[in-house]
Amino acid sequence: MHAFEYASPTTKEDAVKLLNVDGAAVLAGGTDLLSLMKDNLVEVKRMVNLKSIQELTGISYDGTSGLKIGAMATLSDIESSSAIQENYPGLSQAVDGIRSRQIKNMGTAAGDLCQRPRCWFYRNGFGLLAMHEGKSLVTAGDNRYHAILGNQGPAYFVNPSSLAPPLIALGAKLTLLGPSGERQVTLESFYRIPSTTGEKEYGLADDEIITDIFLPVAENVENATYEVRQKEALDWPFATASVALSMNSNKVHSAQIVLGHVAPIPWVSTHAATQMNGKRLNDNGAIERAAVEAVKEAKALSRNEYKIQLARVAVKRALLRASGKEV
Amino acid sequence: MAEYTWPGPKDRNIIGTRVNRLDGPAKTTGTAKYAYDVNLPNMLHAKILRCPHAHAKIAKINVSKAEAMEGVKAVRILNDVGTEIKWSLDEVVAVAAVTEEIAKDAIRAIEVDYELLPHSVNEKHLSVASNSQPAEEETTGDPDTAMSSAKVRSTGSYGLTQIAHCCLEPHGQVSEWSDSENVNVWASTQAVSRIPAEIGDKAGIPASNVHVDTQYMGGGFGSKFSADRWGVECVELSRDTGQPVKLMLERDAEVAVAGARPSAYGEVEVGCDVDGNVIAWSSKSWGSGGPSGTNSPPIPYVFAFENQRHQHTSVATNTGPARAWRAPRHPQGCLITMSALNDAAGELGMDPLEFFFKNISRTGARANLYKEELKKAAEMISWKEKWHKRGEGRGPLRQGLGLALHTWGGRAHGSNAAVVVYPDGLVEVKLGSQDLGTGTRTIIAMTLAETFGIRIEQVKVNIGNSDFPQSGPSGGSTTVGGVTGSTRRAGINALNMLFEKIAPELGVAVDDLEAVNQVVRSKSNSLKSLPWTQATAMLGVIPLTATGSNPGPGKLNDSGVGGVQMADVSVDIETGVVKVNKMVAVQDCGLIINMKTAESQVLGALIMGITYALTEERVFDDTTGRMLNANMEFYKLAGIGDIGQLEVHMMTGPEHDERGVIGLGEPPVISPGAAIATAVANATGVSMPELPLTPDRVLAALKKGGVS
Repeated sequence: MHAFEYASPTTKEDAVKLLNVDGAAVLAGGTDLLSLMKDNLVEVKRMVNLKSIQELTGISYDGTSGLKIGAMATLSDIESSSAIQENYPGLSQAVDGIRSRQIKNMGTAAGDLCQRPRCWFYRNGFGLLAMHEGKSLVTAGDNRYHAILGNQGPAYFVNPSSLAPPLIALGAKLTLLGPSGERQVTLESFYRIPSTTGEKEYGLADDEIITDIFLPVAENVENATYEVRQKEALDWPFATASVALSMNSNKVHSAQIVLGHVAPIPWVSTHAATQMNGKRLNDNGAIERAAVEAVKEAKALSRNEYKIQLARVAVKRALLRASGKEV
Repeated sequence: MAEYTWPGPKDRNIIGTRVNRLDGPAKTTGTAKYAYDVNLPNMLHAKILRCPHAHAKIAKINVSKAEAMEGVKAVRILNDVGTEIKWSLDEVVAVAAVTEEIAKDAIRAIEVDYELLPHSVNEKHLSVASNSQPAEEETTGDPDTAMSSAKVRSTGSYGLTQIAHCCLEPHGQVSEWSDSENVNVWASTQAVSRIPAEIGDKAGIPASNVHVDTQYMGGGFGSKFSADRWGVECVELSRDTGQPVKLMLERDAEVAVAGARPSAYGEVEVGCDVDGNVIAWSSKSWGSGGPSGTNSPPIPYVFAFENQRHQHTSVATNTGPARAWRAPRHPQGCLITMSALNDAAGELGMDPLEFFFKNISRTGARANLYKEELKKAAEMISWKEKWHKRGEGRGPLRQGLGLALHTWGGRAHGSNAAVVVYPDGLVEVKLGSQDLGTGTRTIIAMTLAETFGIRIEQVKVNIGNSDFPQSGPSGGSTTVGGVTGSTRRAGINALNMLFEKIAPELGVAVDDLEAVNQVVRSKSNSLKSLPWTQATAMLGVIPLTATGSNPGPGKLNDSGVGGVQMADVSVDIETGVVKVNKMVAVQDCGLIINMKTAESQVLGALIMGITYALTEERVFDDTTGRMLNANMEFYKLAGIGDIGQLEVHMMTGPEHDERGVIGLGEPPVISPGAAIATAVANATGVSMPELPLTPDRVLAALKKGGVS
C-alpha cells in the first residue's frame, strides 16, 4: 500500500478545500474505500476523513419541512430513527436488508449512495466497464448478477445502493458542497450511466461532498421496499423495489416505483408507476400490471434472464407490502 | 494379561455422556492461539505473487525492483521461466518483508511475462469439454434387457458444481529456525505428525529436526494434509533471512487454489416394475477437479441393483486442483443417485419413503439399519403428516420433503500415545494428533478419565505437536477411533502397571483390581480399596509411563456406518428462493464417546451441506479463466438465519456400542444436498438438475417443468 496523506478536518468547508488535489478521496465509513484500496482499485494520495465533522451527522424530522439525514449519519442511526420507522418505512426496510451489524455501524448514508458497484469483473481489476481486448467481459461471461435494464452497454454493472431506491421513490434531494458553494440536486438526477472509461456512475465532482439528504413530508404516502434475496445473512439482493404511493382518500394520486440492483443506476419506472394512478391500493390487477410494466423494457444478458422475473416480483411485493400485505 | 475393551453400558460413567469441549472457553474468549495468531519477535511477513492466467508459460521474471525495495528481506522464485502454469492464481514468486504492506507492494513490483495458452474452465457440458477422458463402463447383469422390460422408466440429469473448502483460517504457517538445523513450524494443518517428513525432505534436514505445533485449527475439511509449496517456501524464506516468517494465504488464494471439491454431473435412467422395485439402472457421469480431472463418484450410491451400468468421464480444467473434501466423491454419488431414485418414485406416483423401503434390501448388509433409521427420521420430520404428492400445493410458497441415505467407512487411523500417571494422581497424555475443532482433545480426556476412574479435570491432554508420539492425520473420519484406541490401550497398560504395584500391598491379585470413582479396589472384596491419589502416591517420586497404539490388541473400533437425512423446505416459486425449514439426521457411529460433540459434528455437517446445496459454487470466467468469486462476498456461505431447525439423532444401544468407536466427520455431510434437492422436487413437482439451488437455477428448472 502506498503512503498517503491523511486529513481529518472539523468543518465541511475545510474538507472541501482539502479535496482540491489530485488523488484525494473522501473517507466516510470506509467500508468500501478501504477494500477498494486493498484490492488496488483506487490509489489514494490524500484521504480526507469526514468523521470529525459534527455538522454532517444527525437525523432530524419535523412535520412541515420533512426529514434531514446528515451525510455522515450511520446506517444504524437510520435504522433506529423512530421518525423514519413511522414515516418512511420503505427506508427502514431497505436498511434492514443490509444485515451486517458492522457495516450498519460504520457505513454512512452518503457512503451508501456513493459506494462503487460490486460487479465481479470490476472488483477483480478489469475496470468498471470490464473491457478486455476491446470486448465486454460481462456480455461474454458470467453476468448472473448484472443489469437487465439500462444495459445497452458498455456499462452492465448494477447500482449497489440500498438507500437510493426508497430515497428516490420518496423524492429525496441532496445538498452538495464544493469550492464554489452549495448546490441541490435530486437524488434521481445524481446517478448516470457511464458510457466511457473513466466516467463515474454518479455526479459528484472530485472536490465535492454530500452534506445532507432531504426527504419531503410523507403525509398520506404509503411506502415500502421489497428485496429478493437468497441468504438471510449478509448478501446482496438480486433485485429490489421501493414504492411510494401518494394517496388521495383511498385512491393512489401519484406513484413512484424505483428498482435497485437491476440497472447501472437506481431505475425509476414511470411506466409502472402510472399503472397505479387512480387505483385503490388493494387493486391486485393494477399491481400485477405495474409489475409487468416495470420490466417491459428489460433485456436479459446471457445469464440473467431470471432477474427480469425477480424484478417483476419485487415490484409486485413492494406494492403489496405498501398495501399491508406480505407474501 | 490386560483386556483391551470398552467398559459395558453399566460400567460407563463418562463415555457416552455430554461433555463440553475442553477448549471451548479458550476459543470463545480468544486466548486460543491459531497459527494465524502466532507473532514472533522480528518476524517477517511473506506474500506470494500469483499468476493471473489460467494457462500460461512463464516467459520472463524480473524481481530486481522488488529486491531493491527497502524492507524486503528475501525473494524466492517458486515457478521459474519455462514453467507451464495450469490454473489461475498459481504461485510464481514469494517475498518476505518486514511488514505485510511492503511484501504486498514488492510482489506488485515484480514483472512477469507470460505466453498465454488456451484454457478451459467449464465442464458442465460434456459435449464441449475440450479435455475429457472416458473410463471403462462398469456393468452388472443385463441392464438393457431389464430396462426394456421395465414397466416404468424414469430419466433425469443431476449435478453439482465445483466448490471450495474456503477454510475460515486460511492455509499457512509461521516458520522459525531455532538453530541452523532445527526449524519450528506453527502450521494450520490436519496432519501434525506428517508435516515434518515433508518439510524435512524438501529442506534437506531430518524429519526429527522439524517441530510442528498446531494447538488450534480453523478448518481444513480435507484440504490441509500437506505442508504445500507455500509451507516449504515459508521455511526457506526463514532460513534465507534468519528471521521468523509468517506466510498465510490471502482469501482469494484460499478460495481459488487451496482446495476444491470436484464437480459431478450425471444422466440416469431407472427402470422399475409395477410394484416399485428397481430392476434396471443405467447412468453416465462426468466432472472435473482441475487439471487432473476426477474419478467417478460411487454411482449408484448405497444401492446395488441386479442389472446396472455406469460410465464416467473425467474432464480436465484449468482450475485450482481438487483436494479431499469431506467424504470425497460421496456427496456427488449421493446427489445423483438419490435424485434419480426420487424421480423414479415420482414417476410411479409413490411416496419416496415407501419406495425406499421397498428397495431397501438392495442396500445390502445395512438394510435393517437403514430401515430403522428411515423410520426414526420420518418420525422426527413428521413425514406421514407432511408428505404430499410431487408438486401439490398452492400459492407462491410451496413446501416439500426429501430424503437421502449415505454410508462411510471411518476406520481408525494409526495412533501412538504415551500416558504418564503422576504420584499426585494426575494423568497426562501426549500424542501427535490434532484437534480440528471437532473435540479431539475432549474425547481423549474422556477416554482416560473413564479408564482411570477419575475426573476429566485430572487428565491433561497434550496434542498438536510433532515431537509427541506419532498419530495419523485427521481425515476420512479416522481420528476418533485412532486416538481413543491408542489412549485407551496406553491407559489400560498404565493402570495395569499401577495395579502391579498395589496388588501386593492390598493382598489381592492384579486382575482382581479395578479403578472406578476415584478408587482402586478389589472386585471381589470391596473392603480392599485405596483412594486413587493414595494408590498413585505408592509410585513414590517416579511417575509411571506407558504407551499404547492403534491398531493394537483387542477390539476397540470398527468401520462402516449408514445414515439417513430428511429435509423440509419451502420454495418460493415466484423467486426461486429455497429455504430450509428443518433437517433431521439419523446416524450410527458405533460407540459414542462424547454425545455432545458427536451431535455437534452432525450439526456442522448439516450446515455445510445446506451451504453447498443452496449457495456455494466456484464461478469462473470463460474469457480470462479467472475465478470471479474468490472472496467471501460472492463465494456464499450460509449464515445462522439460513439453516432452519436442525435435529440430530445418534443411534445407540448394545449393537452399536459393541462395534467400538467409528469416525463421524464425513458421513453426515454426504446426504444434505440430495435431501434438499429432492425436497425441492417434491415441493415444486420439478426435479432440480444442478446444485447449488440458486434462484436462477430453480426458476430455469421450474420454467422448463412448466411451473411458474
